[in-house]
Amino acid sequence: MMQLHKPNSIAALVVKRIGLGVVTLLVISLLIFAGVEALPGDLAQAVLGHSATPETVAAFRKELKLDLPAHERYVAWLGAFVKGDFGNSLANRRPVAELIGWRFANTIFLAAATALIAVPVAVVLGILAALYRNTLFDRLISMATLSTISFPEFFVAYILIALLSVQMAVFPSIANVNAQMNLWQKFYAIFLPCLTLALVVIAHMMRQTRAAIINILSSPFIEMANLKGLRRLRVVVQHAFPNALSPVINVIALNLAYLVVGVVIVEVVFVYPGLGQLLVDSVSKRDIPVVQASGLIFAATYVLLNLLADVLSIVSNPRLRNPR
Amino acid sequence: MTAAFKLLRSAPFSARLGTGMVLITLLAALLTPVIAPYGETEVVGDVWLEAGRQHLVGTDNLGRDMFSRLLYGARNTIAIAFAITALSFVVGVMWGFLAAVVGGWMDQLLSRCVDILMAFPTLIFALMVLSVVGTSIPALVVVIALLDSTRVFRLSRAVAMDIEVLEFVEAARLRGEGLWWLMRHEVLPNAMPPLVAEFGLRFCFVFLFIAALSFLGLGIQPPMADWGSMVRENAGAITFGIYTPLWPAAAIAFLTVGVNLIVDWFLHLASGLED
Repeated sequence: MMQLHKPNSIAALVVKRIGLGVVTLLVISLLIFAGVEALPGDLAQAVLGHSATPETVAAFRKELKLDLPAHERYVAWLGAFVKGDFGNSLANRRPVAELIGWRFANTIFLAAATALIAVPVAVVLGILAALYRNTLFDRLISMATLSTISFPEFFVAYILIALLSVQMAVFPSIANVNAQMNLWQKFYAIFLPCLTLALVVIAHMMRQTRAAIINILSSPFIEMANLKGLRRLRVVVQHAFPNALSPVINVIALNLAYLVVGVVIVEVVFVYPGLGQLLVDSVSKRDIPVVQASGLIFAATYVLLNLLADVLSIVSNPRLRNPR
Repeated sequence: MTAAFKLLRSAPFSARLGTGMVLITLLAALLTPVIAPYGETEVVGDVWLEAGRQHLVGTDNLGRDMFSRLLYGARNTIAIAFAITALSFVVGVMWGFLAAVVGGWMDQLLSRCVDILMAFPTLIFALMVLSVVGTSIPALVVVIALLDSTRVFRLSRAVAMDIEVLEFVEAARLRGEGLWWLMRHEVLPNAMPPLVAEFGLRFCFVFLFIAALSFLGLGIQPPMADWGSMVRENAGAITFGIYTPLWPAAAIAFLTVGVNLIVDWFLHLASGLED
């Protein structure tokens, strides 16, 4: 443990950051659990209604383990959660894991497809905009991205539906995927939600990439390289790029984290059978076990991607990698 | 006030445009009872009528005048967003000042709590809490205000940290003034300018957050008008080639563009770049 405390040691920084991430996840799970505890009145009574007999209430309490003390239930709940047992849905009595599994896969599919398109486009556009900054090209891109950032996801989504699905009738306005479809059919079905998300994410990512690159291009060592008379390509590839890697990787990971949460609204617009849709439905039905499980999965994915962003930016930072 | 005007005069065109867009929205909300041609929930004609002289942007899914509902929607949401922002500032500024003035373990404790809350996606958090407490307006106000106060905490703590080390605070301390006096009479008056600017921005973000929640059906409940829920209620029309739901969505976009233009200028000012 001693050498971990050496200043500038990458391992120490990474271990510290991962520790913080684990603590965050634990606190979040505790908050989610405590939230249900704070529910006014008795959960069993609230769910079963006034006509329930004392026996049914008692049976229900036993099923949800409401008769045990809170800390025991928390440990049991968390232990079961880690093993993939999320309890039963209150609405239709089916296991939550069964409801969530394939929907989460769908959400990941949508997010991954979007990332596949958005990341290369955004990074290339961002670098180009930074290299040719204050030209017409840069201004046009800046204006376009500022407007897509400003529009709420559902506005972009409905405009795309109005254009591509109603006016031109080329893509379906309801993104329905099922197990019988092949990959190509799935891509066709999710084209509009994917495009909506990609537009929003590209705008964010591109602006941050541009800012990161400009920040590096204005630093003294780049000026030095320019004054030495190095060719522009060499300055960009050998001097700017290694230093830009860390902020750009950070930008990408942060936007992927945003993407995982941003899908909620887009899934609702396109009636896409994903986890976000399920979460929103369950909130209005007050189906607490489903809300707990899907919320915790969303939060865990978000925290893990943020963690990944920080770890990667520590590892890819040349100053930290080569300590003096 | 004059300082604000001077600052605005020096602003680039985009920032002035943004300010104008936000002011128009506020003005429309304030004057709603005067300019709205029909009532908020008054059924005035057929469902999804085309835009025309009678109805500026048509009617909605129940035959209510869309233009009037847009105005009332702005008014309702602005009132609620204002209550939320005010509450979030009271909570955030209080804890933020406390962390800065007391320092030490108090600062550590509060800052780590806020770090953890901010590591959690706001929308998901709000959805989970609302599923437990229900979607009444008081619940909405408290939940969003508490979530939002984490960001206010960060700012007010940072601002108070800078003020707390100045001589007059030291003098007041030596005079034996209590904690409340230090926060209220020494720190607060000097922290006002950045806090007021932040209030404006947070207000707009809260407005948009409510619209997003209402769009998901978990914010302001019908028949109360709100831009987000108006998009939701009329969304079905779009597959028939009727573009009514785009109006409230466009209204939201209008306000967001305005806010982002101002934020962009603020960021530019803060970064101190020349070009």
